[in-house]
This record gives sequence, structure tokens and C-alpha cells, in this order.
Amino acid sequence: MENITFICRCSDLTLQDIRDLINKGYNTFDELKRISRVGMGPCQGRTCLPLVLRELSIATGKPISELCPGTFRPPIKSIKLGAIADHTLEEGGEVNHV
Amino acid sequence: MFKQTAEVVIIGGGISGVAIAYNLAKKGVKDIVVIEREYLTSGATGRCGAGVRQQWGTEMNCLMAKFSCDFFENATEELQYDGNIEFKQGGYLILSSTENEHEQFKKNVQLQNSLGIPSKLLTLDEAKEIVPFLDTDGLVSATYCEKDGHLNPFHTTQAYADAAKRLGVKIYTFTKVTGIIAENGKIKGVKTTRGDIATNIVINAAGGYAQNIAKMVGVELPLFSERHQILVTEQIEPILGPMVMSFSLNLYCQQAPHGAFLMGRSDEGEPRDLRVTSGWHFLEEMAKTITKVLPPLRDLRFLRQWAGLYNMSPDRQPIYGAVDEVEGFYVAAGFSGHGFMLAPATGVLMAELILGEDTTLPIDMLHVNRFEQGKLIFEPSVV
Repeated sequence: MENITFICRCSDLTLQDIRDLINKGYNTFDELKRISRVGMGPCQGRTCLPLVLRELSIATGKPISELCPGTFRPPIKSIKLGAIADHTLEEGGEVNHV
Repeated sequence: MFKQTAEVVIIGGGISGVAIAYNLAKKGVKDIVVIEREYLTSGATGRCGAGVRQQWGTEMNCLMAKFSCDFFENATEELQYDGNIEFKQGGYLILSSTENEHEQFKKNVQLQNSLGIPSKLLTLDEAKEIVPFLDTDGLVSATYCEKDGHLNPFHTTQAYADAAKRLGVKIYTFTKVTGIIAENGKIKGVKTTRGDIATNIVINAAGGYAQNIAKMVGVELPLFSERHQILVTEQIEPILGPMVMSFSLNLYCQQAPHGAFLMGRSDEGEPRDLRVTSGWHFLEEMAKTITKVLPPLRDLRFLRQWAGLYNMSPDRQPIYGAVDEVEGFYVAAGFSGHGFMLAPATGVLMAELILGEDTTLPIDMLHVNRFEQGKLIFEPSVV
């Protein structure tokens, strides 16, 4: 089952893939993310993050509340670069957001 | 068991640190420890664009970059890595947008060719043969080197780290250096959150934190760290071969082997306070400039943006070597945005320098003393 249970649909990673990496010593979500791209796809970790944290919790014995879920980065929802560019040009190019 | 003594302690688990560790171990040094405050690549290495180009404007940079590129071509075999470092040699297409820049490119290509780098000066029509959807409006010319490319920074660092560990190097992650012990102007040890390690040699490969590490032993390095941002898009089928880059337009953009586009630019007025949060201004300027040069990217959704630290030196060239104030304290820092691509050279040259061997490439001019002596290096081709 582990081989056909997908944990990360965006980056094609199965439960077995994640367990193998944890066994190799990648013991935080950030490390797993960087080495395997879990959580880097269009879902931004919404599907895989809780599943991976559960696996990490089982492997390390730490409760999920003590595990670092990594940094949540913008945007919340993907946006076309053209939409950002048009908006920027409409506002007169140089904008000074804080 | 945490080691209490070491022959060499390297501070920083980015690609520079593990490359130095690997090379020292390969040369037979025993008892090497690498200390990393978080995990490998958690600093600048894991946040960088991971491009490697041989198209530089000084002989020194051309040679170091060529050395590194040659290494990357054979890295999987040399390091015996069981993963994939994803080295895509799709070339770098560098665009000029002013006559001055075009003139500089002519000189650069001449220099590069004389050093065995197969770069070419291209007309805009020739550039469009490589990137058919390039909008050449406002551009003058381009240079191209097919040997340039980009890699996966996590796997490349892991490849070095795994090879170093096989040679006996100890890598302590989630371990912070809290102090450096020196007596009578000589390095004696390193204090960490997991205990003290006695050593006579400390190598500062701390990237964005290099100046802070140096201060622990009373050394003021003329370095500061500046936030630089990147964004990544959704994945699509391959449409862009080379890294597209322009100094004057201030951008770089690549399509990684997995299909996503990664792009970045340098912004004026970026904070210099070790901040790595994301900002609006970068996103807007990036979207505006890249969709002008590569119009089909308008329809690409961007998924994520992040930031890392450029460790800037006054002449934007690295600092390699010992410092005069403290015996046994070495620096490999100040890469100013090019630490990843130069890492194979950094590893070999620093190992040679520390062991008192003749260096494969001349690097005396990269000593930190150059700033006091006014011998800064002028490199015309930096972002």
C-alpha cells in the first residue's frame, strides 16, 4: 500500500518515498521539502504537509504540535505573472509598498 | 557522541562549507567538523538560483567558474552520489540592452574564448533561434555559452556532504556556534550549543552570517548581507533551454528540469538586517520586467516567492584565506551572490591554502587585505 499511497500529488511522492527519506535522516519538514520537493507544488503543502508531519511525528515520537511546519510563503493562491505585471503598470510602475 | 576536539572546524553547512570539508578530507585531514545552525542548505545555498556561468569579465572569475563548471559535469561520479544533482547545461543567454554593454560583451567574449570558454557573441536574430519567444525590443545583442547551466542546490550540497561523511567528516546540524576561543592571537576552540570543541583551525563559511561569526573572534570583515528574492512558477513542458539573464535589465530566469520557472532580480534598497521575508516590490518589478522580455510567461502562475542573503563584499568578489589578526582563522565568504557556482573552486582552493600547498588557481588577490590596500577587483559582469 505504501508504494501506491500518494502523499504529495504535486511532486509525485508516495508514503514509501517519504518514509525512506525520514529513514535516511531527513527529520524535519523543511529538510524533506528541499530534498524531495514535497510541499513545493501548486497546493503549497495544503494536502501533503499534515500527512508528512504525521509521519514525522510517528518516526520521531514528538507530537505534531512540537514539529516545525516550515515557512508559509506568499501567495496564498497562485496568480498569473501577467496579472501582477498589468496591475503594476496600471499603478504607474514604481510602487512603494511597505 | 559530540566531538570535543577536531583538527578543523568549519562553520556553515552550505555548499561552501561542505565543499571545503570534502576537499580537506580527500587530502587526508582527519577530524573535520562542520557546524550548521539549522540543516544543510538552510541558508543562502538552499535559497539561491543555483546557476553556474563561465561568462565573466575578469580572468580570475572566468577561471574559477570554468573550474567549477567542469567539476559539476563530473560531480555525480567524483562524489559517488546516489541521487540526482540535476545539472542542466542549457547555456546562459546574456542580453545587452545598451551600446556600452554590447561593447563590454565583445571584450568579455574575447577574454572568455582566450581561456577556453566556448562563449559567442550573438545578434538578436541568433538569440531568437535559441529562445524563439524572446522580445528583442530595446535589446542590442547577446552572448551565449552552451556549457553554462544550473543545478539542484539541495542535492549538490547533499552530494558533497555524503562524500565528506564517507571520508570521516562529522556534520553537526541544528548546532549553533556561540563563541570562538582564541588565546594570544591563536584559535583554540569553538563554543557551540552542544558543547565546546578544541581546535587550532576555524573556517568561516557562514555565508550571510560570516561577518557576525568573525566578530566572535574580534575580526571585522568588510561584509554586509543583503536580501535578494526569487519566485517560482507552476511546472510546464520544457520551452526554455538557457538561463536568460541581463545585467542592465536586472533579471535572470531559468526553467528547471522539473518544468517550473525560477526567476530573480536585485532590488535597490533591500534590507541589510539578515531579514529573509518576502516583499511586494520585488514581485511587481519581477513580473513587469520578465513578461516584457519573455511575453509567454504572462500566462504562467507563480506559486511561491522567497528570499536569501547575498553576503556582499566591497568589490563583490569573495574573500578567501587567513586573517592577519588571529592565527588559524580562515574566511571563505563575501561571495556576493555567487557562492553556489564557485563552490567547487572554493572547496579545492581553500583546502590547498589551509594545507599550505600551491593553489590550483591564483587567489592571493582575494585576501581580505585587498580592501585596506585599495586593491579592489573590478568585475564588469555582475548583477
